[in-house]
Amino acid sequence: MADAPIFIDPKKCIGCGKCLKGCGFDALSMVASDANRAKRIAQVDPAACKACYACVGTCPVKAITEVKIEVFGTKDLDSYRNIWVFAEQNHGKIADVAFELLAKAKTLQKQRGDGCKLAAVLLGHNLTDEMCQSLIAGGADIVYKVDDPNLDNYEANVYVDACSQLIVKHKPEVILAGATAVGRAFFARVAVKVRTGLTADCTQLKVESTKNKDTGVMQMLLHQTRPAFGGNIMATIMTPNHRPQMATVRPRVFKRGTPDPKHSGEVIAEVLKLIAPQTRLVSSVRNADDVDIAGAEILVSGGRGLKKAENFEMLFKLAKLIGAEVAVSRAVVDAGWCTASRQVGQTGKTVCPKLYLAFGISGAIQHLEGMRASDTIIAVNSDPNAPIFGVADLGIVGDLFEILPALVAALEQQKQ
Amino acid sequence: MHVVVCVKQVPDATNVRINPETNTLMREGVESIVNPFDEYALEEALRLKDQFGARVSVVSMGPPQATVVLREAMARGADDGVLVSGRAFGGADTLATSYTISQAIKKLCDGGKPDLVLFGKQAIDGDTAQVGPGVSEFLDVPLITYVRSLKMDAEGNFEVESIMDDGANVIQGKLPAVMTVLKEASVPRFASLSGWMAAKRAQVAVYDEKTVNADPDKIGLKGSPTKVVTIFPPPTKTGGKKIDCRSDKQVAVDAIMKLLKEKGIA
Repeated sequence: MADAPIFIDPKKCIGCGKCLKGCGFDALSMVASDANRAKRIAQVDPAACKACYACVGTCPVKAITEVKIEVFGTKDLDSYRNIWVFAEQNHGKIADVAFELLAKAKTLQKQRGDGCKLAAVLLGHNLTDEMCQSLIAGGADIVYKVDDPNLDNYEANVYVDACSQLIVKHKPEVILAGATAVGRAFFARVAVKVRTGLTADCTQLKVESTKNKDTGVMQMLLHQTRPAFGGNIMATIMTPNHRPQMATVRPRVFKRGTPDPKHSGEVIAEVLKLIAPQTRLVSSVRNADDVDIAGAEILVSGGRGLKKAENFEMLFKLAKLIGAEVAVSRAVVDAGWCTASRQVGQTGKTVCPKLYLAFGISGAIQHLEGMRASDTIIAVNSDPNAPIFGVADLGIVGDLFEILPALVAALEQQKQ
Repeated sequence: MHVVVCVKQVPDATNVRINPETNTLMREGVESIVNPFDEYALEEALRLKDQFGARVSVVSMGPPQATVVLREAMARGADDGVLVSGRAFGGADTLATSYTISQAIKKLCDGGKPDLVLFGKQAIDGDTAQVGPGVSEFLDVPLITYVRSLKMDAEGNFEVESIMDDGANVIQGKLPAVMTVLKEASVPRFASLSGWMAAKRAQVAVYDEKTVNADPDKIGLKGSPTKVVTIFPPPTKTGGKKIDCRSDKQVAVDAIMKLLKEKGIA
C-alpha cells in the first residue's frame, strides 16, 4: 500500500466521523484505535484516496493534514548530469575534506567524460568571493552558493532542505560529501528525502561503464568501495537505478590537489525559500584539548602496553624529539589515561601520517582500520603474535620499557 | 511522553571474516550481540521513564531470533517491544530500512508519531549511521545527531549537546524529534532479576510487511537503491621485517634509528 496523500493524527482525532461525509471517494472509514481499543478513529485507504483534500476542511479538530508526496530519482536517469561536491564550511573556513573530494571528483569527471561538469555546493551566510574562488581553484567548474541567514550556523534540518532543493532543481548525477559530523548526519537525510542510495565512508571511488543487472543496459556508474564489519570486509556498492548516486568519504582518505588559480568557473547564487531552523543553537564549545592527530605527519602512538598514565611522559618526550604528535588506542581512552581527541581507530580518528610508531598496541582490527593507510609503520610489542605486526613495516618484538628510554636517549645524544 | 528506541542485533563485528574461496561472509560461529551504541540510547529513554513516566517502546528489525534484544531491553525497563520481521524485508539497504522502521513506528503509534525516537549513533556491522537520519525524514520530524547529553522537561523542551568534529554544539528545541546518541551520554543500567522474569513472559509484537502497511516496492531488495556488487577481503599490508629484540634492546634502537634516518626524521 502506498503512502496516503493525507495524514490523520490519531492523537487529535475525536472519532466524530464528519470527514467520512466529506469524502467523495469512500476512502475514509472508522476503525478501532490500536493504542486505545475503546476509541474509534478515522482511517484512510491510500488506494482509494484521490488527494482531493476535501476532508481536510471537514475535521473540527484539524486532525487531517495534507501530505506532499514527491517521487523522483527513478525516472529519466539520463537527465541527471554532473558531479557535485558538498563544500562544508564553518564560520567562513572551508573544510579540508571538501578540497580532497574536489581532487578526487576531478578524476571521476575525466572518467565520466561526455561534458560532465564539476560543481561545488556552498551553504552558509555571508559567504565570501574568496571561498568560491578557492573552490574553483580546487577544480569546481560551477559553485552553487546559497547565502541565507538560516544557514548561518549548521542546523541539520535547514541544510537538508537547501541541499535537497538544489538536487531537485539541477539534478546531479553524483554527489559526494565528507563523512564528518555534519556530512554524515544531514547527507543521510538528504538521500532519503530525494529517495536515492547513499554509501557511507567510501575508501575508493571510480566511474566505469557497467552493465545494469536489472535492465541489461550499459551505464556509466559510480563504483563505491567501503569497508564493512569493522574493516574485515570490503564491499563495492552501486546505485544503478536511482539518482543522484551519493557517497560520503572520511577526511584524509583522498589527497588534496594543488590549487590551480588559472582554472575558471562560474559562481551561481541560488535564492531558495528555506524552512526555519527546527532547533536553536545556544552555544558552541571547542574541544579544550585542541590536538590535531589527523593532521600530524608523524604520530607516536601508545596502547594498553604502557600500563599507566604516567608512562605516557616517555611518549611525549619521544614525540617532541622527532616533531611528532602523540596518539593513543581506544583502550587508553577507556582506561581514562587520555582524552578521546587523541584516539586512533574506528571510533576515533582515521590517520595517515608519513610515519606511525606504535608502542604497546596489540592492533585490534578497529585500531588497524584507523591507521593502516600510514606510509610507514613501526610497531613495538612484547607479544610476537600481536596483529599490529601484520601491518608494520618494521616490527620489534621486545619490552617497550627498555626500548623506549633507550631510543629517547639515542635521539637526545644525536641532537647534542 | 512516548519514546521509541530502535535497537539492532548485530554480529560481533570483530569476528566476521570472508571466505577467500567463495568470497562470501562467514557468519557461522559468530556471536550475535545488541549493537553496543543502542544500549546508550535505551538508557536515555529509561531515564525519561524514571523522570516523567514516559512509555518506552523498543523496535528492532531483523530475523525472529532478534526477539532476544527486545527482551533484554524490556528486562532493563522498556514497556513494550516490536519485532519487524518478514522475508519481504530481506536485503534492505538504509533507505528501505528507514522506510520499514518508520512504517513500524507509525503503526505502533496508530499512524501518528511518538514524541521521541532514539537511535545509537551507528550500528557496528554496517557503520553507516544513516538509518536514524532516514527515519527522521520519513517521520518528518527534526533530526539531532551525535547527542552526548540530553536534558528534558515534562513539556518536551530539550537541551542537548551535539558533537561536532572540533567540539560540541548546545542545542535547544521541542519534541517531537529523532536523536542519535553517543556512548558518552550515559552508563547503561543492568537488568534486574525480576526484570528478566517479567521480560521472559512479556509479549513481543511481530510486525510483517502487511502489519506495517508497507508499499512492496519500497521494502527489501526491491526498495533498495544501493546494490552490493562484490565483497572481497581487504588488501592486507603484509607485515615487513619483524625482529626479535627481547634479549637485546640495542638491536631495536639501532633498527628504529636506521629507519628514522632513512625517512629524514632523525
